[in-house]
Amino acid sequence: MEQKKLIINPQLLDVTLSRLCHQLLENHDRFEDTVLLGLQPRGIFLANRIRRKLEQILSKEIPLGYLDTTFHRDDFRRRTAPLKANTTYVPFLIEDKKVILIDDVLYTGRTIRAALDAMITFGRPRTVELLVLINRKYTRHLPIEPDYIGKAVNTLDSQRVLVEWQEQGAEDSVWLTTKQDR
Amino acid sequence: MEELRSKHLLGIQDLTREEIELIFNTADNFKEVINRPIKKVPSLRDITIANVFFENSTRTRLSFELAEKRLSADVVNFSSSGSSVKKGETLLDTVNNILAMKVDMVVMRHASPGAPHFLARNIQANVVNAGDGTHEHPTQALLDTFSIRSKFGGVEGKKVAIIGDILHSRVALSNIFALNKLGAEVMVCGPATLLPKHIKSLGVKVTLDLREALEWCEVANVLRIQLERQQVKYFPSLREYSLYYGINKQLLDSLNKPITIMHPGPINRGVELNSDVADSEHSIILEQVENGVAVRMAVLYLLASKVK
Repeated sequence: MEQKKLIINPQLLDVTLSRLCHQLLENHDRFEDTVLLGLQPRGIFLANRIRRKLEQILSKEIPLGYLDTTFHRDDFRRRTAPLKANTTYVPFLIEDKKVILIDDVLYTGRTIRAALDAMITFGRPRTVELLVLINRKYTRHLPIEPDYIGKAVNTLDSQRVLVEWQEQGAEDSVWLTTKQDR
Repeated sequence: MEELRSKHLLGIQDLTREEIELIFNTADNFKEVINRPIKKVPSLRDITIANVFFENSTRTRLSFELAEKRLSADVVNFSSSGSSVKKGETLLDTVNNILAMKVDMVVMRHASPGAPHFLARNIQANVVNAGDGTHEHPTQALLDTFSIRSKFGGVEGKKVAIIGDILHSRVALSNIFALNKLGAEVMVCGPATLLPKHIKSLGVKVTLDLREALEWCEVANVLRIQLERQQVKYFPSLREYSLYYGINKQLLDSLNKPITIMHPGPINRGVELNSDVADSEHSIILEQVENGVAVRMAVLYLLASKVK
């Protein structure tokens, strides 16, 4: 049995995304030297939304790339099957840019560690910030904290946070699922 | 398909179509990696690979070594010239000595068909066949078909002619297996003496006429005459071979369609291919070499996940 609890509904998600965009604008002004990097596979939906909103507000194009962390992960060979990679698409230079990494859920921090590694293979950024929709608190394995947070939640290790997007054929929403032993 | 079934890559014959497609999809990702400013990922940093070459090689060996280094594996190289093989050490002894130095994977080229299969049965390490005599050269066939896929968007239904010394070519055999599995049509073409007797049983078309092969195909994979494997004369002279089976621009221009030209290398210019063809815009020979690194990275990555 799995129990599902709605933690963000479509209306709230839209408000949250707008707030995140405005927080980004506070720090990055006209986005002159700033680029967005969405993390594959699930962070790219959030990254696309953030970009669309920013472009509406600024009426200009914001550079967005997709970064896949598979080959930089630290759990290769510790799993039974090899990790399956996704497309990396970084159509700009990262050298001396302000990079905003975007992912849907921050949990142990290991994906972000891998992402930092993967990112510097494209050059040396001036600064790097992290934006997440959901920050799971007290679950970190590494000293990594987000700069922009959609919502912080307290979770157990046995729970999962599920982010669904319209683009995947669902309703925009975030769920907390709990496995229940019978 | 999430992973390969075997921990070795001994031949295309053992692979399923799904496994080949898994390798291709993984290679797509590595092709992106090797075009980055920093062309290196840390996936195989705790893996040691020995490249054991009992036969000459330039491309394959460099390509494997680059693939290994770009995956951050530790690499040791061995070639039989200048080694203790000359002093009479057996294959198994040589390899076991290398393995005693804690090597996880062995990439081997050997003149005897079946040598990597023998090795795989007798050692713990993962074995990758980098060419065994006239039998198979799986990574070459993978990179050839991957290059066709890159150029045309797919392999299914493509008409591929393999032209030249089919009898002595491991590239031809592995390519036939791979192309058949991926749903391409294959025709082999060469002098009767250089076509194996029962080649039709592999489900390929056969012709002795180069023009017929070129008129039929969309892709021509041209092979070198393997003089080093020919103990008797199979044709009167290279000059005569070149007259009947050499491809030049004039011949290609006389066809009413463009043909993509491939060659596994090394090319004997002026024998099987003229320079005006090898260097033309229809040739994807250097793309093959680039794809070779990505495909070998994919193979090593997928096999390394099975290293205990």
